[in-house]
Amino acid sequence: MKINDILKPTFWKVVSVIIVTMGLFSTYYRFSLGLGLTTNLHDSVPWGLWIGFDFIGVGLAAAGFTIAATVHIFHIHKYEPLVRPAILTAFLGYSVVVCLLVVDLGRPENFWHPLVMWNIHSVMFEITWCLICYTTVLILEFAPVVLEKFKIKAPIKYLKIISIPVVIAGVIFSTLHQSSFGSLYLIVPGKLHPLWYSSLLPVHFYISCIAAGLSMIIFESFLIARAFTKKDGFHHTELKMDILSGASFAVLIALIAGFLLKIYDFIDNGKLPLLTVPSTETYLFYLEILIGTLVPIFLLSYKKLIEDKKWMYLTSICVISGLVLNRLNVSITGLAASSGVNYFPSFDEISITMMLVVLAIFAFRLIAKNFAVFVSNESENSVNENGTAKSKQIILSERYE
Amino acid sequence: MLNETGILFDVTLCEGCGACYDMCKEVNNLPETNDDYLKDHLSDNTFTVVEEYGEIYTRKLCMHCNEPACVSVCLVGAIKKSSTGAVVYDADKCIGCRYCMQACPHSIPRYEWGTTKPRIRKCNLCDDRVKAGKLPGCVEACPTEAAIFGKMDELIEIAKNRLKSDPDKYYQHIYGLEEAGGGHVLIISPVPFEQLGYVSKLTSEPMPEFTMRAMEKIPSVAIGGGLFLSAMFWLTKRKNELAKEKKSTNGKENI
Repeated sequence: MKINDILKPTFWKVVSVIIVTMGLFSTYYRFSLGLGLTTNLHDSVPWGLWIGFDFIGVGLAAAGFTIAATVHIFHIHKYEPLVRPAILTAFLGYSVVVCLLVVDLGRPENFWHPLVMWNIHSVMFEITWCLICYTTVLILEFAPVVLEKFKIKAPIKYLKIISIPVVIAGVIFSTLHQSSFGSLYLIVPGKLHPLWYSSLLPVHFYISCIAAGLSMIIFESFLIARAFTKKDGFHHTELKMDILSGASFAVLIALIAGFLLKIYDFIDNGKLPLLTVPSTETYLFYLEILIGTLVPIFLLSYKKLIEDKKWMYLTSICVISGLVLNRLNVSITGLAASSGVNYFPSFDEISITMMLVVLAIFAFRLIAKNFAVFVSNESENSVNENGTAKSKQIILSERYE
Repeated sequence: MLNETGILFDVTLCEGCGACYDMCKEVNNLPETNDDYLKDHLSDNTFTVVEEYGEIYTRKLCMHCNEPACVSVCLVGAIKKSSTGAVVYDADKCIGCRYCMQACPHSIPRYEWGTTKPRIRKCNLCDDRVKAGKLPGCVEACPTEAAIFGKMDELIEIAKNRLKSDPDKYYQHIYGLEEAGGGHVLIISPVPFEQLGYVSKLTSEPMPEFTMRAMEKIPSVAIGGGLFLSAMFWLTKRKNELAKEKKSTNGKENI
C-alpha cells in the first residue's frame, strides 16, 4: 500500500482520527487533572462507565477460550478457522480492558502493587492475577502466528509442546475470572437491586459470556467478510456458514441454560413478585431478558433462520446487546437506586473508551493484514505438515497490493 | 476481640453541639468544609458528622466492622484491622480501585477526587492516639458523654444495661452490635435506626462471607476443570483416531 492510499481520506478514517484525537486529549486531562474533574464519578458512584465497559469487553472476548477449547481440547476441527480470529479478538479485548483499568485507577503509578502485595481474600486480587495469566496465555497462543511470519521456527517447536497445557490453563483462568466479575458484586447484597443480585451471579456471568463471546465472533465474521475483501488483500475471510451455524447452536444452548438458571434463581429466592413492580429497574430487566435471551432463543430455534445470514447476524447483535445491557445493569443502573444518584458518564469517560475501541479495531485490521489470522481448514492442515505454507500466503497477499 | 476497644454513642445524650466534629477536624488536620456543621456531610475532609433529625441528634462515622468488607475486598491489603480493632488505611499501598467504597455496607469511605494522588478518607478511630493511651478526639471532646470509649465487652454491657433500665427511653436495639457482623461503634437511640438515616436492613452475617462462599470453590474448579479438560482432550483424540482407523480399514475392505 502506498502512502497516498493511506492518506486518502475516507469517512471511517476521518471519524477514527477525530475519535482518537479527542481520546488523547481526554487521556491527557484525566492524568493531569485527576478523576474528579474529568469523570462524573463521585463518592456515591465510585465505579462508572470504565468498569462497566471492562465487564463488557471481557464478556465479549470470551470466545478466545471457548473456541480454543472446542478445537484443541475437544478436537472438533471444523471450528479451526475461528481459532485465530477469536484469540486475536480476545487479546485486543483484554488489552482495551487493561488500559481502561489503568486509566480508572486513582493511583495508576501503583498498578504493579498487586504483584507483590497480596490479599487472597479479595475477588479483585483473583481477577487481577487471572487477567495477567490469561493475557500471557493469549500471547503464547498467538505467538506461533507471529513467529511463522518471521520464519523463526525454533520457539514454535517448544510452543507446540506446551500448547495443550496452555489451552487448558487458558480455559481455567477464563472460567475463574469471567465468573469472578460476577463475584465482585456478591459483597453488596444491600446495594445491588435484587433483580440482579443473586448468590448465583458468578454462574450467570459465566454462562452469559459464553453465549455473547460466540455471538461476538459470529458478528465479527460478518463484518470481516464485508470489510476485509480479497480486493484489500485478505484471504479466507468469506463467511463459512456451516461453522457459524454450529456456533449459533452453541449460543442457543448457552442462552437456554442461562435462562433456566435465571428462572430457578427467581423461584428459589422468591424474587418472582419483583417482576410485577413497576420501576425503571424492572423495565430494564425486561428489556435485557427480551433482547438478550428470549428473542435470540426464538430466532435460533427456527432451523431456517439459523441458516439465513441476515437472521444470524441480527441474532448475534441481540445476544451482544443483551450482555451489554446486563453488565451495565449490574455495574451501574442496578446500583443507582441505593446510591441515590443518577450517573451518566462524562465526555472524557466516553471519549477515552471510544478511543481504545477504535485503536483495537485498527490493531485488528493491521494484524489481520500482516499475519495469517484467517486460514481455511485446508491451509491449516497443510501448515501442520509444512510450516512454510502460511508465510507463502502472506507474501502472495503483499504482492497483490 | 473483646479486649479490643470501641465507641458507644448514646443518641439520647447528644445535644448536637458539634464538639466532636470540630475535634475530629483538629486531630486529623482537616480543612473547614461547611459553615454550619449540622449541614455538612461525610467527605474526603470530614470523617464524622452530626445530623439533626427533629430534636434528635446523631452521628455518622466509620463503624469499624469486626470483619470489614473493605478489608476483605482490598486487593493489595491497603486497609487493615489494627490491633485495637480500628479499620485503618495505608495510602502508600493503595492503587485506587475504589472497591472498598463500593463494598462498604455503610457507604462510609470517601475519596479525594480532586487530586492526582488521591487517597481513601475515613475515620480511623484515632488509632495512633488510642495506641498512645489517649482517647479518640471525638470522645475526648464530647461534653455530655454521649460518646464513650472503652473495651468492647464493657461497652456492650453498658449499652444493654441502659436499654434494660430505661425501656421507655430507648428503642430496644443496639445498632452496630450485629449489623454486617458487628463492629466497634455501637449506637443506642430512642427511635428506630432507619429514622436516623442508618442502613437498617443489614444482615448479621459479616459481608466477606458472601464472597467467601464463591471464592472457596476456586480450588475445586481449577483442579476439577483441569482434570476434566485433560480427560476430554485424551478421550476425543482417541475417538478421532479410532474413527480414522475404522475409516481406513473400511476403505481397504472396499478395495
